Amino acid sequence: MAVPKICGIETEYGIIVRGAPDWNPVSASSLLINAYVATGVGSLDDHTGPIAWDFIDEMPGADARDLFSPEFAMPPEIETHLVNTVLTNGARYYVDHAHPEISTPEVTSARDVVVFDRAAEEIVRDSMAAANKMLPGDAEVVIYKDNTDRKGNAYGTHENYLLERQTPFGRIIDVATTHFVTRQIFTGAGKVGCELPGFGGDVPFQLTQRADHFEEEVGLETTLKRPIVNTRDEPHADSKKYRRLHVIVGDANLSETATLLKVGTSQFVFAMLEDGVLDDLAVLDDPVPTMWAVSHDLTLSKPLALADGSTMTALEIQQDLCARAHAWAETRGFDLVGGERSGRLVLDEWQLVLDGLATDPMTLADRIDWVAKKRLFDAFRARHGCGWDDDRLRALDLQYHDLRVGRGLAAKVGLRRITTDDEVQAAKTTPPTDTRAYFRGRVLQKYTSAVVAANWDSIVFDTGDEPLRRVPMLEPSRGTEAHVGELLDASDTVADLLAKLGS
Amino acid sequence: MAEREQIRKPSPQRNDEVVEEAPVDAEAGEALKSDIDDLLDEIDDVLETNAEDFVKSYIQKGGE
Repeated sequence: MAVPKICGIETEYGIIVRGAPDWNPVSASSLLINAYVATGVGSLDDHTGPIAWDFIDEMPGADARDLFSPEFAMPPEIETHLVNTVLTNGARYYVDHAHPEISTPEVTSARDVVVFDRAAEEIVRDSMAAANKMLPGDAEVVIYKDNTDRKGNAYGTHENYLLERQTPFGRIIDVATTHFVTRQIFTGAGKVGCELPGFGGDVPFQLTQRADHFEEEVGLETTLKRPIVNTRDEPHADSKKYRRLHVIVGDANLSETATLLKVGTSQFVFAMLEDGVLDDLAVLDDPVPTMWAVSHDLTLSKPLALADGSTMTALEIQQDLCARAHAWAETRGFDLVGGERSGRLVLDEWQLVLDGLATDPMTLADRIDWVAKKRLFDAFRARHGCGWDDDRLRALDLQYHDLRVGRGLAAKVGLRRITTDDEVQAAKTTPPTDTRAYFRGRVLQKYTSAVVAANWDSIVFDTGDEPLRRVPMLEPSRGTEAHVGELLDASDTVADLLAKLGS
Repeated sequence: MAEREQIRKPSPQRNDEVVEEAPVDAEAGEALKSDIDDLLDEIDDVLETNAEDFVKSYIQKGGE
């Protein structure tokens, strides 16, 4: 039986410093985050500095394929020396490799992922403003919410989903691969050109930023030979009950609808997988070239070879999944996918977008990033009589992802909103109420100076006169407002809180 | 296999629905066109002054 599809999203942002060539991306990312922390908004105790991330449970080298691990594994290194902090909304804000990265708090619904992803954008904007005050003259930090420099260097937007441990990993691989390859038709953020060797001018514009950077079907890597299904087995939860599927194939979306669908359709797919209703889902014959082909096919009509010798298009496979999700929700309701409000929204938008893609994709210019870009670039090419190889188009392609107010084109193309400004502003500092992120965020707000460190599944407290106390949070669905809201309200000190938690 | 064959050919009824749900009226089309014209006017002001240099200098390190 399926478990609730608790989820979150991690975004690595592109970063440059204009007007100050001596800044490298690591120091610029550190400046960005430290400048935000120093504002004291949603982040720190101003007496002791940022709340540290606790690395004790990090094991990104653990491989879901267990026995095969030593043969394939190239465990990611953990960079414990770089800026790494926890925010009062339950998020993590840190320097990863040479990029600033924000991981949203754990949430139950796709709609909440959209809210916290937008809040992360606002945190980045505040960070740019704070950092620029520390730079000399006209120098400024500029952040891009994208996934590639178009020169072969990619960085990730990763999704995470809570899965039950007992589902055989082979089943997860088959279903996830089919979904990830075909969902590109609505998750793609669009890209001018192609970064795959040998494809050159044959692909003037494609659906996704990421497809060109995937070389393997399954594996542990994230930085080279990237796999469609990543096997990192680091549940950040009770490992006997759960796994966390770490999804690395997605694009960074600027459209709220695209983020909603990227996460929401995946919630439905994994819940249906665990309920055993996808056993006859189409299995792709050769996923990696198929992933490239789907991204490169603007007509959405390419037949994809399946393992049983037949073919389907990406759109047909998504229509099948969408129909199954509607039928599944009829009997199972929406509890496992974050409730009715978000679940119905996902189903409605999924159907509407697939219908639009089947008839005239350009009708979705207010919902789907690659369509919004294509419409703008087509109009630009018509006005200026230029080809796809014009540098101005490549510049526009980057500027779509520019997060500066007034510069970012995504904010100007008329993308439909799902969230409100008020809820996004609130989500910068306030945690979600229905996962353990509530406990993390509230504790940081209320007992800031007593929190020594925090991570996804524990918090370390210093009560003053006792040894440090670690409070484990191995169950992601506990520590909610319903569970601990009154307890937190009634506890004036950490000692009070720990006494009540222990009793 | 039989089920997959069915899926590959959406039923006629489904196609009818699709047409109804995605109306393209001329007025909306005109509004969209004028929106994009306004945006293109604005872009000429916003576009990085030296597109070639800007695109060349956007270099990131790999991540993840």
